[in-house]
Amino acid sequence: MEDMLFYDRLQFAFTITFHYIFPQLTMGLSLMIVFFKWKYLRNNDEKYNNAAKFFMKIFAVNFTMGVVTGIPMEFQFGTNWAKFSELTGGIIGQTLAMEGMFSFFLESSFLALFIFGEKLMGQKLHFLTGFLVFLGSWASGWFILATNAWMQHPVGYEVLENGKFVLENFSALFTNPWLLPAFLHNQLASVVTSSFVVASIGAFYLLRKKQVEYGKLFLKTGVIFGLVSSLLVAFPTGDWNAKNVAKYQPAAFAAMEGIFETEEAGAEIVLVGQPNMVEKKLDNKIAVPNILSFLTHQDWNKQIPGMDQFKKEELPDNIPALYYSYHIMVGLGTIFIGVMLLSLFFLWRRKLYTLKPLLWVIMFLVPFPYIANLTGWYTAELGRQPYLVYGLLKTSDGISPTVSSGNTLFTLLGFVALYMLLGLLFLVLVGKTINEGPKHQKH
Amino acid sequence: MEIFWYIIIAIVLAVFFILDGYDFGTGIIHLFFAKKEKDKEVIAKSAGLFWDSNEVWLVAAGGMLFMAFPTFYASVFSGFYLPLIIVLWLIIFRAIGLEFRSQFHFQMWKDIWDKSFGVSSLLLALFFGIALGNIVRGVNLGGVENGVSVYEGHYFFLPLWDSSFSPLTEHPGVIDWFTIVIGLISVVTLSIHGANWVILKTNSSINKKLKGVIFNLNIVLAVLTVFSLFVWQIVNPNSLYNFVDKPYFMVFPIIYLTGIMGLFFIKKIKKDIYGFVFSTLLILGGITSSLASLFPVLLPSVNDINEPLTIYNTTTSEYGLSVALTWGVIGFILLFVYMIIQKRLMGGKVDKMDYGH
Repeated sequence: MEDMLFYDRLQFAFTITFHYIFPQLTMGLSLMIVFFKWKYLRNNDEKYNNAAKFFMKIFAVNFTMGVVTGIPMEFQFGTNWAKFSELTGGIIGQTLAMEGMFSFFLESSFLALFIFGEKLMGQKLHFLTGFLVFLGSWASGWFILATNAWMQHPVGYEVLENGKFVLENFSALFTNPWLLPAFLHNQLASVVTSSFVVASIGAFYLLRKKQVEYGKLFLKTGVIFGLVSSLLVAFPTGDWNAKNVAKYQPAAFAAMEGIFETEEAGAEIVLVGQPNMVEKKLDNKIAVPNILSFLTHQDWNKQIPGMDQFKKEELPDNIPALYYSYHIMVGLGTIFIGVMLLSLFFLWRRKLYTLKPLLWVIMFLVPFPYIANLTGWYTAELGRQPYLVYGLLKTSDGISPTVSSGNTLFTLLGFVALYMLLGLLFLVLVGKTINEGPKHQKH
Repeated sequence: MEIFWYIIIAIVLAVFFILDGYDFGTGIIHLFFAKKEKDKEVIAKSAGLFWDSNEVWLVAAGGMLFMAFPTFYASVFSGFYLPLIIVLWLIIFRAIGLEFRSQFHFQMWKDIWDKSFGVSSLLLALFFGIALGNIVRGVNLGGVENGVSVYEGHYFFLPLWDSSFSPLTEHPGVIDWFTIVIGLISVVTLSIHGANWVILKTNSSINKKLKGVIFNLNIVLAVLTVFSLFVWQIVNPNSLYNFVDKPYFMVFPIIYLTGIMGLFFIKKIKKDIYGFVFSTLLILGGITSSLASLFPVLLPSVNDINEPLTIYNTTTSEYGLSVALTWGVIGFILLFVYMIIQKRLMGGKVDKMDYGH
């Protein structure tokens, strides 16, 4: 049973990590494509239309990968987490089915039209199809996060005698206090990712001295979108989420922030430190007193419960992983703001396009927003442990009772091999598209 | 309310098999009949332009099953663990085969992805048929061993096959001689459907030959169908009961029969769309007849201890089903609007359409 739980969690973690790489880019990129297409409609400069179509090609490859890695996610609820599906299907089935019906359909129907239909319709209709793709991809995020929000902070449910959760209030699913901040934070983070990708391609063109005109356009757009989104990710949305965690999942909050012992006169904020689970303290700690209390409650001396206030079984089961995920996310977010501020400064001084060191930094920074987003996702998911549905259903009670660990291990290895191949193909194809550049458009 | 949702999910599933069914079929046709590069390209295009919006119907069906009949979703998905995961892998191989073949222009690259698309389409068609066979035959729900239930309630786990390959043992596997017969019917039906789609959507040089292929496959299908009716009675003796009890259910087998009869005239049919309509009737009739013979059972039990899974004992609350119906209707209208817009704008032959970047 122990093995089984471990392999099930590992398989879900692996498949969702790989899957999430793709939608986080498509969600942000669709917004930037709509922006380019809108600029083209406004000033009729062919450059913007080419930019929109160029990124739509990258979008399309990403979308395919997102679809083929997303279908397993839906299946795995049933195959690996059968008990969880049986008990909660009546509720999270709602949001998942709505995702399929309202967003996925919208996205896939109009994506084909956007890619193949420019000649068939006018420019305004073409813009509209692009906009509908954007709408579909953001609606997708909304429904997935509504599902997740219910697992983080269950609302609008009723528990039957047989243990099944059934829906009691449909609108509660979408007015869940957890949902809006999580959604905004997540969407803005995906804009950060796509901004860095766009800026990075721009920097690459400028450094290579090819496609210079597009290089400048991409870099400028990427930097402006990147700065705005990375600021908004931190404040107000990141702050708002942290307050939610403190309010609804205080045990997870203590573990995230690395507070082992409650301080009566206000909590310090930990900048650096390694959780030492044996002695229950942070090693090599650098911390600023009272800041956490202020950030969380706007009161310098307000007490924040530490991990000593909770029973062992209420605390997340992997505290170091949770602590590091959270700190990596926050640390990277801070770096992004710094780099983008600096870039904007040089952009304003008209030096960015020739400032090689900074261009190299921007080009190679591209994996880090992905890491920040994934660690953010891990923070939410590890923080919810040891529960699947916070406070109500333990993770260990959600797995399929009849599937053995050997089968899960076998399929996990299969997924690892297959996804390696997919990842390689993806890099080859995107690399080829970037190498060809925006002018090589046939349509 | 359960019956409403049952009908909706049946429709979504049928639409999935009709739409994605031609994708699978084009894959099989591609594998066996496309020899010239030009044919290969245009056939792959006829599926490649549409597969992702077709596959959405599978996702929608999955989501709705999850919502409306969570107990069924949970037990069937964990019970058919291995075949389902294999289906996932095949779906991935087929999709990347379609999407990636035209990205590079050297022969080995194309050959690899052509085979990936063709073989995985063939296997998927076979697996979906086998799945239907399993649902008709029923499984050892709850995993009864020597007269005692080993798992709580309705959980089970099916191995890929049992050494006897017989559907009549206490623990049948996923693959046995009965499910293989149904699997073959599925392969033949979807090949016919795919061939009709190729004829409809392309000016491929093999279109004429394909009409002959359809005619021959249709004979095979007729023989297999008669044979399957016979073995169907052996594995599920109650399967005719519903048709006697509710004679209006006979409309579903009649739809199937119309399809089969129509396809015998394929060589004389001038308008390409009729061939496609007949094979659509074939799929629609086949799925609805199978479901009608089981109704209201979703999965029969082969042991006497466990109750079969029905739409009544696997569902969620009345309230959940009714709110979902409200947004479901809106969603459905939107879906059909999208589909019509898309098929209209991308109607006609695909040869001249730009694809493959």
